[in-house]
Amino acid sequence: MKVTVFVSPKTTVLDPQGAAVEQAIKSLGHHSIEGVRVGKTVTFQMEGSDTPEIRDEIDRLCDGLLSNPVIEDYRYEITSE
Amino acid sequence: MKVAIIQFPGSNCDWDAEHSVQNVIGLPAGRVWHKDPLPEGVEAVIVPGGFSFGDYLRCGAIARFSPIMSDLQSFADQGGQVLGICNGFQILCESGLLPGALVRNDCMEFRCLNQSLKVEDSNERFNTEALAAQLTLPIAHGEGNYRADTEVLTDLEANNQVLLRYAPNPNGSINDIAGIRNQAGNVYGMMPHPERAVESHHPCLDGLPVLRAFLQPLLQSSPVQLSA
Repeated sequence: MKVTVFVSPKTTVLDPQGAAVEQAIKSLGHHSIEGVRVGKTVTFQMEGSDTPEIRDEIDRLCDGLLSNPVIEDYRYEITSE
Repeated sequence: MKVAIIQFPGSNCDWDAEHSVQNVIGLPAGRVWHKDPLPEGVEAVIVPGGFSFGDYLRCGAIARFSPIMSDLQSFADQGGQVLGICNGFQILCESGLLPGALVRNDCMEFRCLNQSLKVEDSNERFNTEALAAQLTLPIAHGEGNYRADTEVLTDLEANNQVLLRYAPNPNGSINDIAGIRNQAGNVYGMMPHPERAVESHHPCLDGLPVLRAFLQPLLQSSPVQLSA
């Protein structure tokens, strides 16, 4: 199965990258766009199926390595690809 | 060796840190590869600056899981002296040895300059009397913007855990924080580079009192024993 993890800066944490991208978007004339946040996506293949145990394992990975809970949130999707 | 300097792939201030401790301050120092154990008899550890593991994922995120980090954790738990400089500070925050996290500078630029810093009266070692009210130290970082939630920040301030503040602020760091310590007073972290300000050919010598303040307990204390 394929796991896609989306990591994004917490809404309460300043996101300088998002702010810079938003400035660029506005400079292109898209004035109706706001609230830009820049995160990252991590994908990997994993043996097994979508069970509570597998989700626990992915949560541990996300909390420890893939995201820093002080500054980031994460969510993930599991697909059968 | 009394002072161990941990080398990760991508560390680049390890030799400077060793030189400043060994040849300028005069304490036996050595570099220790991140896959080796922390040597017995070490009394202080410096986690040096650089770009460990290419800063991939987040600064310090991968170094945090290096084999030596479990030794460093027990060393710190037993009261061993630990100093993280720049990337070393980021690694200590990622590993939970210090609270908070460091994110991208708000200016989105890498900031490399001789930075004015205000010294705080933090404890018996780090204070305006032992150091000075104001210091200048080199900074060189893209992710030095300190962040912590309100609760952590309130505790840091209430316990006098802030060591240094930027004056003026080059990166958007909350409360102008440039360096902090843990509550116990044995783990220190800062973005400025004291090891780059210790000799007459450096822009200034203000790194010396900072390193001496950190290394001060080595003159009296007995070595921390690592549990097997």
